[in-house]
Amino acid sequence: MELFNNLWLGFGESFNHINLLYCLIGVFLGTAIGVLPGLGPAATIAMLLPATFAMPPLTALIMLAGIFYGAQYGGSTTAILVNLPGETSSVVTALDGYQMARQGKAGRALATAALSSFFAGTVCTLLIALFAPPLAEVALKFGPAEYFSLMVLGLIASIVLAHGSILHALGMILLGLLLGLVGTDVNSGAQRYTFGLPELADGIGFVIVAMGMFGIGEIIANLEHEATRDVSIKKVEGLWPTKEDFKRIIAPTLRGTALGSILGILPGGGAALAAFGAYALEKKVSKNRHEFGKGAIEGVAAPESANNAGAQMSFIPMLTLGIPSNPVMALMIGAMIIQGIQPGPSVMTEQPKLFWGLIVSMWLGNLMLLVLNLPLIGMWVRMITIPYRYLFPAIIVFCAIGVFSLNNNVFDVYLMALFGVIGYVFKKLDCEPAPLLLGFILGPMMEEFLRRALLLSKGDPMVLLTRPISATMLVLAVVLLGLVLLPSFSKTREVAFQEE
Amino acid sequence: MFRIRAEKDFWAGLLYILFAVAFLYFGRDYKMGVASRMGPGYFPLTLGWILFGFGAVSVVRSFLSDGPKIGGIAWKPLAIITLAIIVFALLLLPLGLIIALPALIFISSLASAQSEYDWKAGLILIGLTIFCALVFVKGLGVPMPIFGSWFDGLVPHNWQR
Repeated sequence: MELFNNLWLGFGESFNHINLLYCLIGVFLGTAIGVLPGLGPAATIAMLLPATFAMPPLTALIMLAGIFYGAQYGGSTTAILVNLPGETSSVVTALDGYQMARQGKAGRALATAALSSFFAGTVCTLLIALFAPPLAEVALKFGPAEYFSLMVLGLIASIVLAHGSILHALGMILLGLLLGLVGTDVNSGAQRYTFGLPELADGIGFVIVAMGMFGIGEIIANLEHEATRDVSIKKVEGLWPTKEDFKRIIAPTLRGTALGSILGILPGGGAALAAFGAYALEKKVSKNRHEFGKGAIEGVAAPESANNAGAQMSFIPMLTLGIPSNPVMALMIGAMIIQGIQPGPSVMTEQPKLFWGLIVSMWLGNLMLLVLNLPLIGMWVRMITIPYRYLFPAIIVFCAIGVFSLNNNVFDVYLMALFGVIGYVFKKLDCEPAPLLLGFILGPMMEEFLRRALLLSKGDPMVLLTRPISATMLVLAVVLLGLVLLPSFSKTREVAFQEE
Repeated sequence: MFRIRAEKDFWAGLLYILFAVAFLYFGRDYKMGVASRMGPGYFPLTLGWILFGFGAVSVVRSFLSDGPKIGGIAWKPLAIITLAIIVFALLLLPLGLIIALPALIFISSLASAQSEYDWKAGLILIGLTIFCALVFVKGLGVPMPIFGSWFDGLVPHNWQR
């Protein structure tokens, strides 16, 4: 019964006109950037963070979360209609969705995508409500040693499931951890790596790093391969799937939701991997597997439910442990810190209204997406035809103004330009910016937990291995790392990401 | 002779080494402390050495196994976008949003080979500038001058903020 009490509390919190409005703004913006290739949720959330300072915490988080899952919907719309996946997570949807569109079944494909996403969103809202409380309960018993090990595990897991070279990802994490330490050391008050600049005394703002690397760096990389987008869209009609369609999508949607929920909890797993996994699974088990790649409706339902489930479930580690599993969650944690909320297991007990309000808002947001998006398809399609040459200067403008408004300081704008260059250079070298941002957020926390753990153990590092939970997590991290270095596993991993 | 067989590994490794050396060098005076009482240098210097190690492995590996080439670097967009942001930061306080934003938009548009400079582009430039002034400065209250300090006395005071 407690479950319903909690959800009821959440409804009460999120169901007022302000929060509903910002939820709507969030999912609307999310869909828009999901539609636009070259602009992802991480950069958008980073741009909008400064605008959330003045909002109440719940309202801010509701809007930012809406951007994240809204982007999943938007990405699939363009994947289906014009074979241009707006987000990596909808790359797989394009395979069969676009074929359906070419056969004149675009409406049915879009409706299938929306319905299976909504189904996954509903299930995951319930799953979060069910599993977050016990998980937070366990986490409340964690000491500093457990937290440190958990963060190590989180960082390692995030690179195993991400693509690119492991060595480079490890390097990016370390670099992120180090950059995160810039500023005043909380314990000794010593200034570290500030070069006497007062602007750096509070550390480098993570919004600056995120905007520089995801916003500016991406733009430079996109301009390198400028291509004219030739967009021709057939008229969309016949939105409602037939009875036969419904019969075919039920099982794939259930399987996709299940797979997405599992992969979503894992750090670094998230939406893209879930979508790919679900598609691969359907290709193996479906009765209609010969139709895959030629417009099978299962090939739309499975990855769409999986990517939405994965996106939603990645909130679990963020909300219960305070650990980000992807850059967007890292930004959400940043938003909480800015609002004066210390992320972690205590959020649920100390801020139950915030916690449950956010969870219920995700379901409401999914509902809004379902109701709003199908009638608005025409508008989204017209949006893809906006040429990138108009788009990117506007993105730079919003980034520049957003960064300035953090501290009302032009120093931060210079810093963003610097991180834009760094982001582009590393991108050229196949070093992903995501692990760096995760390390950047976790750096100061890891130092603090390690310090406390070693203080309690009087300097004995074995404390990390003698406490069972901590030891388990470290062993898991080592096993994961070992697995990746095995030749057979790394080959599968390469294949898995090649199709992305 | 040694030959670089994996360009990306080599340069990424070199960058890691550079960053590591910088963090180690500038942190050389930070007190290490002991494990039970970690000083400000304990964590960053340890991480710095590990990063140095990863960089070294990456560089060594680049001589031993084949890897992808870097390909061309987009110097033009890289330089222009960076310049545009720097110019914006330089102009913002003395001249204000009304000059700094169009400069930012115009310079950054040079980075794209497809940019066209017709009335439509001009309209977008003006529209975006007015939009930002109204929404961010007037609406959201970002303390950013619309007309900068050079316009002191030339325009009514409430236009400047």
